[in-house]
Amino acid sequence: MSDAVLDIADLTIGLPPGADRASAVQGMNLVLRAGEVTCLVGESGSGKSLAARAVLGLLPPRVGVAAGSIMFEGQDLTKATPAQLAKIRGARIGMIFQEPMTALNPLHSIGRQIEEVLSIHTPLDRKARRDKVVALLADVHLPEPARIARSFPHQLSGGQRQRAMIAMALALDPKLLIADEPTTALDVTTQAQILHLIHDLQRSHGTAVLFITHDFGVVADIADQVAVLQRGVLVEAGPRDAVLDNPQHPYTQALLAAVPRLVVPQRAPQQPGIVMLESIKARKEYRQRALLGRGRTTVALDGVSVALRRGETLGLVGESGSGKSTLARAMTRLLSIDSGDIVLDGDEITRTPQRLMRPHRQKIQMIFQDPYASLNPRQKVVDVIAEGPIIHGLPRAEAEARARELLGLVGLDPSAADRFPHEFSGGQRQRIGIARALALRPQVLVADEPVSALDVSVQAQVLALLADIKARLHLSLLFVTHDLRVALQICDRIAVMRQGAIVELADTADIYHAPQHPYTKALFAAVPGAAWLQKEAAHAAP
Amino acid sequence: MRAAMQRFARNRMAVLGALVIGGVVVLTVTAPLLYPAGAFTLAGPPLQPPGARFLLGTDALGRDVAAGVVQGARTSLLIGLSAALSAVLFGSLIGALAGYYRGAVDIVLMRLTEFFQTIPAFLLAMLLVVIMSPSVLSVIIAISAVSWPGIARLVRGEFVALGGREFVLASIGLGASGPRIIFRHLLPNCVSSIIAIGSLLVASAILLESGLAFLGLGDPNVMSWGLLISAGRVTLRSAWWVCTFPGIAILLTVLSINLIGDGLNEALNPRLRER
Repeated sequence: MSDAVLDIADLTIGLPPGADRASAVQGMNLVLRAGEVTCLVGESGSGKSLAARAVLGLLPPRVGVAAGSIMFEGQDLTKATPAQLAKIRGARIGMIFQEPMTALNPLHSIGRQIEEVLSIHTPLDRKARRDKVVALLADVHLPEPARIARSFPHQLSGGQRQRAMIAMALALDPKLLIADEPTTALDVTTQAQILHLIHDLQRSHGTAVLFITHDFGVVADIADQVAVLQRGVLVEAGPRDAVLDNPQHPYTQALLAAVPRLVVPQRAPQQPGIVMLESIKARKEYRQRALLGRGRTTVALDGVSVALRRGETLGLVGESGSGKSTLARAMTRLLSIDSGDIVLDGDEITRTPQRLMRPHRQKIQMIFQDPYASLNPRQKVVDVIAEGPIIHGLPRAEAEARARELLGLVGLDPSAADRFPHEFSGGQRQRIGIARALALRPQVLVADEPVSALDVSVQAQVLALLADIKARLHLSLLFVTHDLRVALQICDRIAVMRQGAIVELADTADIYHAPQHPYTKALFAAVPGAAWLQKEAAHAAP
Repeated sequence: MRAAMQRFARNRMAVLGALVIGGVVVLTVTAPLLYPAGAFTLAGPPLQPPGARFLLGTDALGRDVAAGVVQGARTSLLIGLSAALSAVLFGSLIGALAGYYRGAVDIVLMRLTEFFQTIPAFLLAMLLVVIMSPSVLSVIIAISAVSWPGIARLVRGEFVALGGREFVLASIGLGASGPRIIFRHLLPNCVSSIIAIGSLLVASAILLESGLAFLGLGDPNVMSWGLLISAGRVTLRSAWWVCTFPGIAILLTVLSINLIGDGLNEALNPRLRER
């Protein structure tokens, strides 16, 4: 079990001039052994993906290996010609990417794409290739493999596509599998299944796996070895349990400390306040019009009733397509509903026309998921934050003064006011988004996955900021998330959504200790690293 | 913006184009000094070949071709720029309304746009000039009337793409009005594409203007390159220079503007280069 498959020695990857640092990866040493999963962990910009792409000889233009070697089967991949690399890729080294939709060609059937790998690298004839494709799809536990082989990527779910990608990567029984965040785009329950699958296949084939991830929960579930990358430097490497339970480097310690624990923090019990925001039997359908006959109807909200009380944080938890974001947008009237009612602070606003919504808008504000898309790139930060008050009639000078004040409140330097959004990191942009939402002095905040696009250490800071602001300004917070760990940290009550309906709604402590609905139980079981997190929590408890 | 200028300066062909256009602008400004008599005066004997006295020769009426080319440059640039500018303004407005409001507004405006796009541009421009009687203003109106649909479609497409972005939702959430979202948030994010395509419109407007003037549909009291070529057409075999030099002027100007347009496009939308 100890023969080295891949030996990365002293690898340095240079970046073009003008980048934030001279080299993406600096003097990295890493050995991958057969039958072992090595997790390369790091935050965004740590160089983890570039390191993997260097192994495959797929570095982007103007980025190149500056020094060091990558030995694979007695050959230095940094010196291999493109033709040699092409022989190795797919045949000896398989790869899986983060987003299976973009990694698959939408115009070719799944079967044809897997067949292509076989026809490039093997002498098999057409019939033999077909049979092999079906066998491979069966190996990754896809139902009806023959039908899946005829399907096109858009006809499969995200999890099925990722299974097909794995089948393709393992088609030729490679010695090494490189997986770049293969489960990040998937729902937790699907993620758990895919992790299991990779783990099983890798054990039975004796493949070495280089698994790139930012999530320590995933590391706890799948890794044998862990390597931690900080700004291009490998700061810590070792067996999983040693690194997770006894991290040596301060950076690893900080990263691990920032991972949200699977526990319910102690909170002072609250008096239930009056209802601030309520959805009563909200229903929303999307009709897909077909060329002939009747189109398909998707029910995004299936008569959802939920109430947010003054001063509480209510979590909406669910997987993609559960309707949680639709509900959040419907409750802020960014989206109209087909039937049902939305009541904000005693006023029914379901069908209020947009121009009459303005007085209500002041009471309810939203924080968005994507810190890059949610700020207008052409507006200065001060204008972004001051826009709301100006729309609501505050003189510009006062609005700008309020904006500068808010920058301090969300923990940004006052000098940020006169810069443009692109000069800030994701976490800082999210703080700007929070300041914009607070500028109107709302009573209700709706946060739609506000931390899911952020690195784990930044995530912790932004969550702490939100909790602090909520308490200080006596806000009510509707918090949408796919991550149960995050919901446990911040919410007083949690509503679990599935297929447009709320399946369970209870106090956070109750839902954690005694989940009632089978789907809630499944969600808890699928949390990456659940076992490790519970062990940690037990340690932490007095 | 500074980074975009640097990218533009690195593009040699675009800089060459900018130099040529710079030269044309200098010529138009100094025209009254170079040829104080104007382009319509009879300066000497007819059909003189290019030489020391008449740099580019004279036409059948004895007018100086060089004076005509220099004066014509002013007409071409004036008409090209103003027609392109008004087409950009009108097209952006139509595209913005269609792309922001969607629904019925979108359907009506886009069918209107398609109506203009399906009629051959040059024929429609001719028709409009004839109806309004030839003058500088009518030529500008006619050219912008046939040039705006492209801009409208571009802006509509950008608006539709930007419309679902979260910063637009955030503005709606703040209570922003439609015009505020269009002019504060959406249009500034399309400016670079509009500038790039708009600069190419200048070149096509100059070509359209020359074509109209060649057919005698330009302002008869204003010297233009098309008018010169039209005048020299009958003597093409005996006096090649009358048509050739204004033709070269059109070629150089249009080519240079196209180079600048491509350069601007690459400089303002750097992602295109990496594709």
